Amino acid sequence: MADVNVLVLRAAGTNCDRECVHAFELAGAKVASLHVNRVLEEPHLLSKFQILALPGGFSYGDDIAAGKILANQLLHHLAQPLGEFVEADKLIIGICNGFQVLVKTGLLPGDSKANSRSQLATLTYNDSDKFEDRWVHLAACSSKCVFLQSPARIYLPVAHGEGKFVTSSPEVLGALNENDQVAFRYTSADGAEPAYPDNPNGSVENIAGITDPTGRILGLMPHPERHVHRTHHPQWTRLAADREPDGLAIFTNAVDYFK
Amino acid sequence: MNWRIELSTREEFPDTHAQALLSQICDLGITSVQALRFIRVFLIESDAERSAIERAAAELLADPVTEHFHVGQTKPPPGPAKVNIVEVHLKPGVMDPVAASTLMALDDMNIKADSVRTARKYIILGSMTDLEVQTIASGILANDCIETALFDPSAEPPPPHLAPYELKVITVPIRQLGEDELLGLSKQRDLFLNLREMQAIQEHFRKLDRDPTDLEIETLAQTWSEHCVHKTLRGRIEIDGEIIDNLLGSTIMKATRELDKPWCISVFKDNAGVISFDDTYAVCFKVETHNHPSAIEPYGGAATGIGGVIRDPLGTGLGALPVANTDIFCFAPPDMPREKIPKGVLHPRRVFRGVVGGVRDYGNRMGIPTVNGAVYFDERYLANPLVYCGNLGLLPAAGSFGQAKPGDKIVVAGGRTGRDGIHGATFSSGELTHTSDTQFSHAVQIGNAITEKKLVDTLMQARDRGLYSAITDCGAGGLSSAVGEMGEELGASVELQQVPLKYDGLSYTEIWISEAQERMVIAVPPENLEAVMEIFRAEDVEATCLGEFTNDRVLRVCYQGKTVGELEMKFLHKGVPRYTRQASLPKRDLSEPSLPVPDDLGRCLHDILSAPNVASKEWIIRQYDHEVQGGSAIKPLVGVTNDGPGDAAVVRPLLDSDRGLVISCGMNPKYSDLDCYYMALAAIDEAIRNAICVGADPERLALLDNFCWGNPDVPERLGTLVRASQACYDAAMAFGTPFISGKDSLNNEFSCDDGTTIAIPDTLLISAMSVVADVSKCITMDLKGAGNYLFLVGLTKNELGGSHYYALHDHLGANVPKVDLSTAPALHRAVAGAIAEGLVVSCHDLSEGGLAVAAAEMAFAGGLGAKLNLAGVPLAPGIVRPDHILFSESQSRYLVEVKPENYSAFLSSLLPCHVGQVGVVTDEPSLKVVDSQKKVLIEESIEALKESWQRTFNW
Repeated sequence: MADVNVLVLRAAGTNCDRECVHAFELAGAKVASLHVNRVLEEPHLLSKFQILALPGGFSYGDDIAAGKILANQLLHHLAQPLGEFVEADKLIIGICNGFQVLVKTGLLPGDSKANSRSQLATLTYNDSDKFEDRWVHLAACSSKCVFLQSPARIYLPVAHGEGKFVTSSPEVLGALNENDQVAFRYTSADGAEPAYPDNPNGSVENIAGITDPTGRILGLMPHPERHVHRTHHPQWTRLAADREPDGLAIFTNAVDYFK
Repeated sequence: MNWRIELSTREEFPDTHAQALLSQICDLGITSVQALRFIRVFLIESDAERSAIERAAAELLADPVTEHFHVGQTKPPPGPAKVNIVEVHLKPGVMDPVAASTLMALDDMNIKADSVRTARKYIILGSMTDLEVQTIASGILANDCIETALFDPSAEPPPPHLAPYELKVITVPIRQLGEDELLGLSKQRDLFLNLREMQAIQEHFRKLDRDPTDLEIETLAQTWSEHCVHKTLRGRIEIDGEIIDNLLGSTIMKATRELDKPWCISVFKDNAGVISFDDTYAVCFKVETHNHPSAIEPYGGAATGIGGVIRDPLGTGLGALPVANTDIFCFAPPDMPREKIPKGVLHPRRVFRGVVGGVRDYGNRMGIPTVNGAVYFDERYLANPLVYCGNLGLLPAAGSFGQAKPGDKIVVAGGRTGRDGIHGATFSSGELTHTSDTQFSHAVQIGNAITEKKLVDTLMQARDRGLYSAITDCGAGGLSSAVGEMGEELGASVELQQVPLKYDGLSYTEIWISEAQERMVIAVPPENLEAVMEIFRAEDVEATCLGEFTNDRVLRVCYQGKTVGELEMKFLHKGVPRYTRQASLPKRDLSEPSLPVPDDLGRCLHDILSAPNVASKEWIIRQYDHEVQGGSAIKPLVGVTNDGPGDAAVVRPLLDSDRGLVISCGMNPKYSDLDCYYMALAAIDEAIRNAICVGADPERLALLDNFCWGNPDVPERLGTLVRASQACYDAAMAFGTPFISGKDSLNNEFSCDDGTTIAIPDTLLISAMSVVADVSKCITMDLKGAGNYLFLVGLTKNELGGSHYYALHDHLGANVPKVDLSTAPALHRAVAGAIAEGLVVSCHDLSEGGLAVAAAEMAFAGGLGAKLNLAGVPLAPGIVRPDHILFSESQSRYLVEVKPENYSAFLSSLLPCHVGQVGVVTDEPSLKVVDSQKKVLIEESIEALKESWQRTFNW
C-alpha cells in the first residue's frame, strides 16, 4: 500500500510538533516536519502531502492574538495552494494553536454557501483568565467528520489560555449545529451538562472542536497526541494494562481515510 | 503619519483581563473603583491611506468576533463617574516582540509601515485620589522596571530611539590608589570586589605598567564574582581551629569522586551534570536560582530564571534538548499584613503571583513541561524570595563533551544585546538593600521565550550535523564570561562592533557585560561557518561571527579597530586571591515543649493539611503545561480525580521508548533552626524517598545541591554552610548517590531602612534524577483498592523538632529528625526492590505532618478510606504519645499499600527493615485512626480532609 504522507507544519514558537509527528507515525503515516518558511519559499511542496497538521504551541508568540500571525501568513501567501489542497479531497487537522490558526484563517468553520474566508468564530481568553492544563471528557458528535467515530466518549488533556470558542452570531452557531459541524463537546465524567472545570474555558455550547462543511478539516483545543500511550492517561496506574489510548484513533482514522 | 488604533472587548463578551485586574486592585485595599476598561493600543508610523490602516485594524489587529477597533482615541463611557486614564508604554530600548510581529504581518498584507509600537490603556472609573491611581498604576498595571505609566491621555509616549554611541576608550587609574580609594572604586562601579581582590588587580596592572580599561576591570569583576567562581565554597575556611581548603572539593565533589559511578559522564565540569540514559543518549540536569532579580521584579526575574537555566543544558556538552523543567519557590506567607512589609520590599502575594506567572509564561512558551516543584513559606523570605529553576536535557552520549579549537570562529546566536541585565552577576553576589529596587532595576533582564525556542530548534539541527565544536550560554557576565570561559585554555580575539544591538547607544563595555537573554555562543570551525549561518537564517535566527579563538592565551577585545581590553587568561581565571574565612557553629538554646495531648487530633490534622507548606499547589501546577512534548508518564497531580500530590514526576524523553526519567526534590529549611547537618540529611533523604515512591532505582540516582544562604562573612552562617556540606558528603557516601552539579547563592540578606537585617533561613534544595527502564513499572501514591493492607516502613521516633505539629502550637522544639545513615540506605533499597517486584500498588513518603498527613493524602487522592491502628507502628524508644506518633517527622519512612495476596512476599522482601502493618484500605470514605486500646483518635471524612488541603490556595 502506498504511503500516506503527512506534513506537520511548524513555525517559530510551535512546540507540539515532535509528539504530533510521533502520533501520525504510530498511525502508520510517513511524516515530514517542515518550517513554514520552507513552504513559503516553495508553495508547491504542499501538494506532496495528503494530510496537513498544524500542531500546538505559541506560533510567533501568539503576538496580537493566538495563532493570528501564522494565519495571516497562510492567508496572504498560501491561500491558493491551501485551497487546492482542500479541493483535492485531502485532510487538515489543527490542534490547540493549530485550531486557533484554522479559525483565524476562516478555514474553520468555513462557509458552505458563500465559500468565503471571513472569520466567523474565534477562540478567546478562557473565562478563568488563565492558562490551564487539565484533562477533559469529550463527546464526539459529528457523523461527517472523517477524523472521528461518533458517538464516542474520549478523554484528553487541554492546555491553553485562549480556548473559549465563540461565534460571531447566533446564526453561525445555529448553522454549525445544523450542518453537523460540531466535532467535540466538553462533557462531565457522567455525561451530564458540564460546568467549569469540565468545560475548562467557557466555550459556547461546550464546543471543543469543529469540522468544516466537508468533514475533512478538523480543529480542536484538546490534545489527542498527548494520549497515544498507555501511560499518558493520568490514572493509568489505576486502570487495566490493555486499555487503548483514546487519542490515537483520531490519527488512525485520518490515515485510514486514504487506504 | 502616526496612526493610533485602539481595540476593546465588545460588550457581549466578558473583559476577563479587566476583571482579573479589578480583583488585584481590591487586594491592594482600594475599593473605590467602579469599573475598569482595558484597551489594547497599536501606534503605527506609516504613510498608508486611512483605508489601509482600517483594513489592518479590522483584519489583523482586532478579533472580528470579540473586539471593536477604533482609529484614534476611544472616548470614555458617558456618565457621572470620574474618569482616570492610565496608558502603559514600554521604556525606550525595551524590546517589543508584538510590535516586531505586527510589522512582519503588515508586510504580509502589503501594508508598508516604518514602525509599530504597542501600549495598554486603562480607563478607570471611580472617585479615587491621584495617589490611588498612581498606586494602581505602579502596583498592578505597569511594571516599573521596563514600562512607563502615562496619566495624561494627550501626553506623548516616550521616544523609541536613543542617541548613537561615540567611542571613547576609558581607562581607570588604579595604580596609585590607596585602600579606601580602591574600595570606593569597587562600590562606585558596582564591582562587588573586596579590598584583597582590588589589590590583586592593582598589583597586576602595576606589573604591566599601565592602568586597566573599564572593560578590563568589569571583566575581572564578572569573572571573579561569587556567582561565577564560588569564592566562598571553593575558598579556605577556618572552623574550630581546623582549616578546610575548598569546602566544595572536600565534601560534595569528593563524594562523587570516591563513588566513581560508571554512569556519571560529566560532573561539576560543564554547565550541567551529565549521566547516562541509555546506550545512545545521556541526560543532564541543572538547577539555578534567580533570587535577587525576582525580589525586584518577580515576573521578569522568574521568567528569565527559567529561561536562563534552560540554556545550561543547551550549553552542556555539544548541547542538550531541554525536556523538563522544575521550580521550587520560597516566599513569605501570602497573607502577611501590609504594615509588616519593609520599605523597598514587594508584598509576598505579589511576588508569589509574579513568580508563578513568569515561570508559566516562559516555560509554556518554550514547550518544556514543568513537572516537579515545591513551595515553602517562612516570614524570613519576605525580602529575599528564593526562586529555584531547574532544567533537564537529553543529548547524544557521544556529544557529552565539547572543546573549542584555535581558529574556530566565535558565533553569537539568538537575541540581540541591550542594556538589560547589566551587572546581574555582581548584583546577585551582594546583599539587597531598601534602595536596590531602584538602583538595580537595570540588572533585571527581559525575556522572550520565542527567541529562545527558535534558538533551540536551530542549534539542535547544527549539533546533529556536527557543525560546531563547543557551545556555552551567555548567562551571568554575558559575553565576557561566555567567551572568557570557552577560551580559557586558548585565548580569544573579539570585535565588539559586530554584536547586533537592540538599540543604539551601548558602550563597548555595556555590550561586553550585558546579560541580555536568549543568546548562545558556539565555536565553529571556519569551514562550517556558512552552513551554520544558513541553518540560523532559514528559521529567522540572528547569528553573528564576533571573532575567533586563538592559541596565545590572551583575551583580546576590540571595538571599531581599537583595542579596549587585553587580559591574560591565566590572570583572569586563576588570579582571584584566596583567603581564609572564619566559621563557627551557632549556639542554640533549644528545648522540647510541654504540650498536653490535644482532645481533637482530627482538628490538628485539618490544620496541618491547610498549612501553606503542606496545602495543595494545584493552583500553580495547572498553570504550567506539564504534558507538552508528549512524554508525561507520572504527572505532578495523581489519583482518581487527578488532584493528589504525586511524590515525583516521570517523563519519557524518547517517545518511541518506555525508558523514563524520574525527577524529585527535597527541602526542609525549618530544620536549619535546629541543626543544619540534619537539615541537609533530611533534604537528601526526602529527595531520594520521593524518587523511590514512584519506582526509581536507588542505585541509579544522581543528586544536585543548591545552597541559598545569608552573608558568609558572618562566621555562624558560614559554620552552618560547612555543616550542611559535610552532611552532603556523608549522605552521598552512605546512599551511594553522587552529586553531579550544584550551585550556591549567598548573601540572601536584606538591609532595612531602619538598620535591621533580615536573613533567610539556611536553605538547601536537593534535586534528584533517576533513570527507570520501563515507566509502566512505576506507581503512584493514591490508594488503589479496598481490602489492601497498609504498611509503615521505617522507624518512628520522638522527632518533632521543627515539625508542623509543633509549629501549629507555636513551638520549635529541639528533637530534629535525624536520618540514620547506618540503616536508611538498606531501607530505601528494600522499598525500591518491593516496588520493582510489583508487590506495591501505592507508596507515599512521610514528610511534613508525618504519618497522619501521608495517610490522609493517600486516602483522598485515591477516593478511598483507611483504618489505621497505631499499635502497628514500629516505634523507637522514647515515643509513646499518640499525637507524637501521628505527627512525628522522622525521616526514611514510607506508607505502602499492598494487595492481600502479596502480604508475605512483601514482608519478606523488606527484611530486616522496620516494618509494621498499620491498617487497611476501606470503601468507607473516611480516615479512621485508633490506638492499641481501640480508642478512636481521628475519624474524618476524606472529603473534608481534602477540602482543608485544597482550601488554602484555591485562588
